[in-house]
Amino acid sequence: MRFQSLGQYGLVLFALVYLAGVYFVSSPVWMGFTINALIVALAALSWNITGGFGGLSSFGHAALYGTGAYASAILQVKYGFNAWIGFGAGIAAGAAMGALIGGLAFRYGLKGSYFALVTLAFAEVLRICASSFEWTGGGSGLQLKLMPGIAQLQIVDRPWVYTGLLVVVAVVMLLTALIQKSRFGAYLIAIRENEDAAEALGINTYQIKVQAMAISGAFGGLAGVLYLQLWLFIDSTVVYGSAVSVEALIGPIIGGAGTVWGPLLGTLGLHLLGEGTKHLLPNSPGLNFVLYAVVLICALRFLPQGLVGFAARIGVLRKKDQDDA
Amino acid sequence: MLEVRHLSKTFGGLKAVSDVSLDVQEGSIIGLLGPNGAGKTTCFTMIAGFTKADSGQVRFAGREITGLSPHKICRLGMIRTFQIVQPFAGLTVQENIAVGAYLHHHQRKEAMAVARDIGKRLGLGGLLDRPAASLTIAGRKRLELARALATGAKLLLLDEVMAGLIPSEINEIVDIIRQIQSDGHTILLIEHVMQAVMKLAETAYVLNQGRLIAHGTPQQLVSDPSVVEAYLGHGAAARLQEGQHA
Amino acid sequence: MSILIIPAILSGMMMGAVYALVALGLTLIYGVLHIINFTHGSLLMLALYVVYFLNFHLGLDPYWVIPFVLPLFFVVGYCLQRGLIAPMSGGSEQNVLLITLAISLMIDNLALYFWTSNTRSVDIAYAYDTVEIFGALLPFGRVVAFVVALAAAPLVWAFMAFTRTGSAIRAVAIEKRGAELVGIDVNHTYAICFGIGTACVALAACLLLPTFYVTPQVGYTFVLVAFTTVVLGGMGSLPGALLAGLLLGIIESLCGLFLGESLGQIGIFLAFILILFFKPSGLFGKRAGA
Repeated sequence: MRFQSLGQYGLVLFALVYLAGVYFVSSPVWMGFTINALIVALAALSWNITGGFGGLSSFGHAALYGTGAYASAILQVKYGFNAWIGFGAGIAAGAAMGALIGGLAFRYGLKGSYFALVTLAFAEVLRICASSFEWTGGGSGLQLKLMPGIAQLQIVDRPWVYTGLLVVVAVVMLLTALIQKSRFGAYLIAIRENEDAAEALGINTYQIKVQAMAISGAFGGLAGVLYLQLWLFIDSTVVYGSAVSVEALIGPIIGGAGTVWGPLLGTLGLHLLGEGTKHLLPNSPGLNFVLYAVVLICALRFLPQGLVGFAARIGVLRKKDQDDA
Repeated sequence: MLEVRHLSKTFGGLKAVSDVSLDVQEGSIIGLLGPNGAGKTTCFTMIAGFTKADSGQVRFAGREITGLSPHKICRLGMIRTFQIVQPFAGLTVQENIAVGAYLHHHQRKEAMAVARDIGKRLGLGGLLDRPAASLTIAGRKRLELARALATGAKLLLLDEVMAGLIPSEINEIVDIIRQIQSDGHTILLIEHVMQAVMKLAETAYVLNQGRLIAHGTPQQLVSDPSVVEAYLGHGAAARLQEGQHA
Repeated sequence: MSILIIPAILSGMMMGAVYALVALGLTLIYGVLHIINFTHGSLLMLALYVVYFLNFHLGLDPYWVIPFVLPLFFVVGYCLQRGLIAPMSGGSEQNVLLITLAISLMIDNLALYFWTSNTRSVDIAYAYDTVEIFGALLPFGRVVAFVVALAAAPLVWAFMAFTRTGSAIRAVAIEKRGAELVGIDVNHTYAICFGIGTACVALAACLLLPTFYVTPQVGYTFVLVAFTTVVLGGMGSLPGALLAGLLLGIIESLCGLFLGESLGQIGIFLAFILILFFKPSGLFGKRAGA
């Protein structure tokens, strides 16, 4: 990664210091809440592939997240498979769901608001199905058997959970950076900026968009699987609910859509704000979402490029060497 | 190299293009002229696969390409540019060109190197690291050409590359197009500015109200009454004749 | 079996008329402002609470508060568009979608904070009196909702067709620039249109509450149904919204009958997805783009 300004270095440094600092705070609350934020950040990184780089704004990323979580939970609870198999299957199921939704939506040429609505409808259909069939645990959800240990991916020790998640987030961000600098990434951005011109330049835009949905689905499925392993319980509202879809898109938009750091920075910032209000106003369900909404509206108006884009204008550094010279 | 036969397209009762046939020989620069709304761009979009023709065939390099999607046609070596140039705003100039180069160079390093070469050849050398959105109109027109060249296409369909440019910029782009031709490319060029085409094209087709009305060298065309009337209105040719005699 | 089906179709139509009324407001806003308005369901929820509290604290009948609630929500809608959505979005389609989503998040979660997630309903003696139609016993409240909702649609149409403001709205919908040039205040017209759309929702709330309930989440369910109705009827088409609303009410009712209560809405969303794929222009819309 190469940053263009002191502002961006500052922003990233702040995030890293915070993430490292969590180890040294004695209160377990901080770590617990940061763990949750990291899982949401994974969903945000998933949204960022399609919504940020591809300009394909989904309002139903819960469809991918929930499919990952349910695939793993069903394999473990109903068929007794090992959690690691569930882990792999969850990622694969997320990718397959992404490819399915993308494959259908793009086959019929849906874009913009229509794409947003159709993803939302898919998430709702899946939510209602998951809450209605016995196979998916119906209204009462699915509960994993408590089997602590790495063999079943159930880690009890919080610092280890936290470290593991940090590694996963870092890997996904690294993959995002690789995508950004690859042929595929350039094609995706070209499609976002001007789909006709991209098609004229020999890009199979349909194929690229479906692939992007599949990658996004894999990341989203990963987030869902990790949520399951952390809480050992899922139901249709928790993993297919609209709150998941909303959280997946809010973080990247505030942090900077189509950037490597934006989704993590936006999600962390929002969750810090939300946690702050929880401490100021305890017993206030939903107030964090009110706050998210206010921040989102302000960001759309005043930070069109998100935090990362805003920071890029603070203390711009002169380019020392030319890229790929 | 390109053979278009009996191409027709109707939009809700309006015959946008009817029965257009034209040939482009390898290595040549051919013009496609006509007043605004004559159906030139519609012809391009059909040849390049963006809209389906109602009837007619397109053959490129000996292959039937009628109905192929644009990205497949580009892969075969024919590419169109757009009249309204819109660079990929989130990318630098060099990355924009690389999007074209990625077609045959899958590694970023190679694609970026190709992009750098082509950018320099088209006079964008000093701007390679700039955001594409910062380019002037003339710069964007060059970028559009560079992106198209980077795909390795042999035949370029250029849609009004000179529109919106001042005379000195037009001269520069005329030189660039000549240079592209001498590098072995073939060009089919839409223009409604006659003078620009006069300088470049060996022969040209004139389209009016969706029909081909003339074909010949630019010199033949400017003295063709039907062409003059298409541009200046009914009876204009006669009035011009009178003016010259008076 | 037909003993069950006919009542199911009729009661589906009763609910469908309310869907149609909600969708009428949404399609009006889409047709003129060309925005997809996520706040629509939340405004319905808000109106339901207003009607509920008027009944709970002051003992007012939901039907008799219509002359008060309608203008109130017209003003709410007007101010929301003029004061928040228009200035904050800067005109971009993507931003409008996100901003209306954010506003609906705000309204829903504030409702959750102030009024908790308890399900509330009014207790009106006559609401569940039954009316017999074609051998089916239907709640009186639903029949009233059906009749009034169906009567409201021609009123909205007549307003658009015969009033000065209606002509201005239609002019702005067709050609924004041109309307501006002949001296129509576009921002004002947009806001009026948003206000009318919101008033439709307030009317739906008054009709709905006697035989329904209210929770902070109820808006979300309705907004999805309303989107489906609008897309099915053809974005921006008033008669389309009306017919599509009735149709979806029937689909939901039949799915509930055959697949079980909890799966009733599946039919609606599946219909939604299929329409988006195969006929995104809807039953009555013009083909977009091509």
